[in-house]
Amino acid sequence: MAAPPVALIVLLLAAWEVGVRTFAVPGYMLPPPSDVWTAFLEVRSTLPDHIRTTMTEAIVGLGFAIVVGVAFAALVVSIPQLRRAFYPLLVLSQNIPMIVMAPLLVVWFGFGLTPKVLIVALVGFFPIAVATTDGLLRADRDLIELVRGMGAGRWQVLRSVLVPSALPSFFAGLQISATYAVLAAVIGEWVGASSGLGLFITRAQSAFRVDRVLVAVIVIAAVSIAMFAAVHLIARLAMPYRYVSTEGEER
Amino acid sequence: MTAGISVQHLTHRFAGAPPVLALDGLSLEVPQGRFAAVVGPSGSGKSTLLRVLAGLLRPSEGRAAVDGHEVIGEPGGVSFMPQRDLLLPWRRVLANATLGAEIAGVPRAEAHERAEVLMERFGLSGFEQAWPSQLSGGMRQRLALLRTFLMPRPVLLLDEPFGALDAITRREMHAWLQEVWRRDGRTVMLVTHDIEEALVLADVVYILSRRPGRLVATIDVPLPRPRTARDTTTPAFVELKARVLDALEGVTPPEEPRAVPSGQRSAP
Repeated sequence: MAAPPVALIVLLLAAWEVGVRTFAVPGYMLPPPSDVWTAFLEVRSTLPDHIRTTMTEAIVGLGFAIVVGVAFAALVVSIPQLRRAFYPLLVLSQNIPMIVMAPLLVVWFGFGLTPKVLIVALVGFFPIAVATTDGLLRADRDLIELVRGMGAGRWQVLRSVLVPSALPSFFAGLQISATYAVLAAVIGEWVGASSGLGLFITRAQSAFRVDRVLVAVIVIAAVSIAMFAAVHLIARLAMPYRYVSTEGEER
Repeated sequence: MTAGISVQHLTHRFAGAPPVLALDGLSLEVPQGRFAAVVGPSGSGKSTLLRVLAGLLRPSEGRAAVDGHEVIGEPGGVSFMPQRDLLLPWRRVLANATLGAEIAGVPRAEAHERAEVLMERFGLSGFEQAWPSQLSGGMRQRLALLRTFLMPRPVLLLDEPFGALDAITRREMHAWLQEVWRRDGRTVMLVTHDIEEALVLADVVYILSRRPGRLVATIDVPLPRPRTARDTTTPAFVELKARVLDALEGVTPPEEPRAVPSGQRSAP
């Protein structure tokens, strides 16, 4: 049911509007929702370009994150000694503050797409690598022995048991990565860009246009939710058996 | 070497502290096209024997051959059905049925065609596109058996295929397996600890001792087929069952004396 959350949001917006007007809060601190809406109408024509840039960075970066994350998982699972060598490095990579890394990447790779894609990939590959490794390691030993007993070689074991076993974990990781991808792209743009929602925010901020900043915040949230929903949909299509209702069936 | 299953002086020790001797010098021959049952208490190495024949476990000593080919360390030579039904949850019923055939290199179209024919006989028609999670326990087990039958291998190894089923379903499966096997005609080795199941289904029953597994008796079952649950009450059947029980008696140590409350134990 969508009714309760919608009602709550309407209520909060109304409280915000009334509060800001009652206490005469200046617009450069907190504009009321009606002003945010007006700001949205103002920038409506320029927003799609920024959204397109940010989404391109997020999706391309996520693509790299998938390739690197899955390759890492496959490598670490097939050569157990590598797991001990690589895992600390993997965790370390997540302790690098992106806000510090972003300017460096801009220095190294310029103002174009590359540094943003790298930041998204750096943020995104970790959940995918960890979840996929876990999924591969937790494949049912008996199932592997079953197909081996049928005469399956390494490749057939991989295709018929390991990959399908790891798919749910992989998608769980991807869902986390997809949620952070847009945010990571925005951070990348913050440092220096010629287009994108990050740039839009930087400009709005330096002009004290809090209403426009809030528009960008809402757009970023919406785009993140869309990415999450898209991954969820793909997961559903890839693993239809996980969404079968067994209730009411004769068992 | 002869056709069928041939096992010679099979000994297997599982590493550990202390090492466990699972099989001790086991030898047996199952001629081609016969249905053999292996009966023994838990820990008699029944499953170990099947895993050796399936090429999944290298025994410490001994030889094992199927139709004259050595099978030790060579998986894929026989059709093996493990204890759990082990259906792949991400494959539909029909695709699960053809898994073994696909891995064995049977073209998909041909495997599907053969599966469709058997679906009816295995009581699964109409469920081809269902997911395993939507099947009942008996249906899952029949699907696992169908998958085993669909593999183009000369020998079928069944490890307690009906162990998880209730008595009524199990009886149905016995009638039905006999019928399926009669048309199929391949060599079968069935592991079970249900004596009636062994006598209803098999031509010959091998009895193994408690750990370490040794062959203690070979009992032929010359009863006419098809055999039903009714036949378990005939004098001939009861006589055979008594022989199996006697053979098992010899290998099963008497129950350990329970702690008896003091004062109740009568003086010897």
